[in-house]
Amino acid sequence: MTSHVRLVWIYPDLLSTYGDQGNVLILEQRARARGLSVETVHVRSSDPVPDQGDIYLIGGGEDRPQILGAERLRKDGGLNRAVAHGAALLAVCAGYQIMGSVFGGEEGQPVPGLGLLDISSGRGERRAVGELAAEVDPALGLPTLTGFENHMGVTRLGPGVRPLSRTIVGTGNGDGTEGCYAGKVIGTYLHGPALARNPALADLLLAWTVGPLAPIDDTWYQRLREERLAAVLPA
Amino acid sequence: MSQLPLRAQLASALGRTAATLSRATGRGDGSVIGGRVGLMLEPDLLRQLAADRRLALVSATNGKTTTTRLITSALRQLGEVATNAFGANMPAGHVSALSTAKDAPYAVLEVDEKYLPEVLDTTRAGVVCLMNLSRDQMDRAAEIWLLAQKWRRALAAQPTLVIANCDDPLVTWAATGSARVTWVSAGQRWREDSWCCPECGGPLDRKGVDWACRECAFRRPTPSWVLDGEDVIDPRGQRWRLDLQLPGQANRSNAAIALATVAAFGLEPGHALLGLREVTSVAGRYTTVERDGRSLRLLLAKNPAGWLEAFDVADPSLPIILSVNAQGPDGRDTSWLWDVDYRILRGRPVLVTGERRRDLALRLYVAGVPFQLCDSFGQAVAVLPPGRIDVIANYTAFQQIRTEFGRAE
Ligand SMILES: [Zn+2]
Repeated sequence: MTSHVRLVWIYPDLLSTYGDQGNVLILEQRARARGLSVETVHVRSSDPVPDQGDIYLIGGGEDRPQILGAERLRKDGGLNRAVAHGAALLAVCAGYQIMGSVFGGEEGQPVPGLGLLDISSGRGERRAVGELAAEVDPALGLPTLTGFENHMGVTRLGPGVRPLSRTIVGTGNGDGTEGCYAGKVIGTYLHGPALARNPALADLLLAWTVGPLAPIDDTWYQRLREERLAAVLPA
Repeated sequence: MSQLPLRAQLASALGRTAATLSRATGRGDGSVIGGRVGLMLEPDLLRQLAADRRLALVSATNGKTTTTRLITSALRQLGEVATNAFGANMPAGHVSALSTAKDAPYAVLEVDEKYLPEVLDTTRAGVVCLMNLSRDQMDRAAEIWLLAQKWRRALAAQPTLVIANCDDPLVTWAATGSARVTWVSAGQRWREDSWCCPECGGPLDRKGVDWACRECAFRRPTPSWVLDGEDVIDPRGQRWRLDLQLPGQANRSNAAIALATVAAFGLEPGHALLGLREVTSVAGRYTTVERDGRSLRLLLAKNPAGWLEAFDVADPSLPIILSVNAQGPDGRDTSWLWDVDYRILRGRPVLVTGERRRDLALRLYVAGVPFQLCDSFGQAVAVLPPGRIDVIANYTAFQQIRTEFGRAE
């Protein structure tokens, strides 16, 4: 294993509408707190996606940027190569949908995705906006997910993925599950800075890259988690 | 102004009565309820009240209240001006503003971005000012590319004169296709929402204020008004020192738009500036309030672009209190905190309060900005020694602080 982490943030010029930068900053902070060195590349949509990164991040966006982003990633091929080499990927909201075989465009038309997750997404009846809390697949050993969702997507999971979690509060995929994962690829509707309230998820991505991690001071993360979970979970 | 039809007169009068009652019973300034009553009685009221006036609509993500105030202050030299000074910027507020000053020959209305197409279509305003578009309260507002598209359609359908900030690519795209546009180079500080071409999705190349698409013909038009530091250069090339009382680059930008707008009403910059310079604070923003030997300057920041503007005004040598809420008007989602670069605050005493102070605390911790968490605004003030203090708050947090100080202007 390595003591150096290469982060790749995909298309901040197209897919970064909701504070998605937070996930980059949190991974950097939590890696550096363990004495790891971090190198971050922000890949604009006009540039090729490097295939030698360790952890890839992709965020949310409006319909048009989502379609443009998917087209460019398909043409580029860099992300697919990186995942094939064993890189980790956290895909959020619009970015999550792009990782499937297909998602819904502005008028609900099907738009092909990257096929990195065995899912297909379409447009739901109404927008899911609000707090989300969900119990994570026990196989991953993570505490309750907490975050905010804001999307119209409905995502159907195929046999090639496992649900990331089961919702307690909120909509998620639309069938009682939220997000999914396969190998080191994780998708979620927890939009924007999903890792801010789920530092264990950030550590999972880091541990996939560098191996077991030492504990760090989590005071501010935990205070926020406790407040948000107390605000949404039934007493 | 020509006579309103009887039904509209009645609707307008009853709306004013409702507003008075609402004020008398302590339910706010009454401008929204009054307008709602009027519109219920006469759905066509806004069109009728707007007819035969010289009307300017002002819309943007940030600066619309201030720019509306600046334009109004200048235009008052020409005659009475109807305006929604309380920031009630949807049709009910517009009806109320126009009913209240029913003989005013001029009107300047701040318009919520989402309502601009509807209000333009209804009022057929002669002038529309557009300053900027950026991410804002994402859990309730329309997304901004979509919004720009709706603006574009609405503007192309009218002979309106558009006064547009050509330094903002999305605003430029919305105004392109309008019959008449006056381009103003008013600057753009927040660029995170304009790296891609709204026409084709290609990358925008940027150099200073200039920008051009690498893949299609869409590029920054040549402005006829230019904001240059502390000065505005008019279409004849004459340079005007702004000397505003309002602080900061964002307000100079608002002033440049205001000067171009009032010029369309026949008011020369020399005269207009006299009005602009009278404005000292807008709905409590930039106001200084006193408590226990401490002078607190109140700055409002509702979104990432607004925080950049507030940082520009804040004094790096002073301690700063930050207060963040996430009630309905703020947007219930605090994700935007991660779009703001707080590192500029390193080295100042930073106090964090508000209902979502824990979100802000984590944000500052990750940014490496030392801070102190306070359970209330009063506690944050008490922690600091007497002297000057800057305060930045988002919408409802700002209103709470103002209420605590009796809403002193
Ligand atoms: Zn283009």
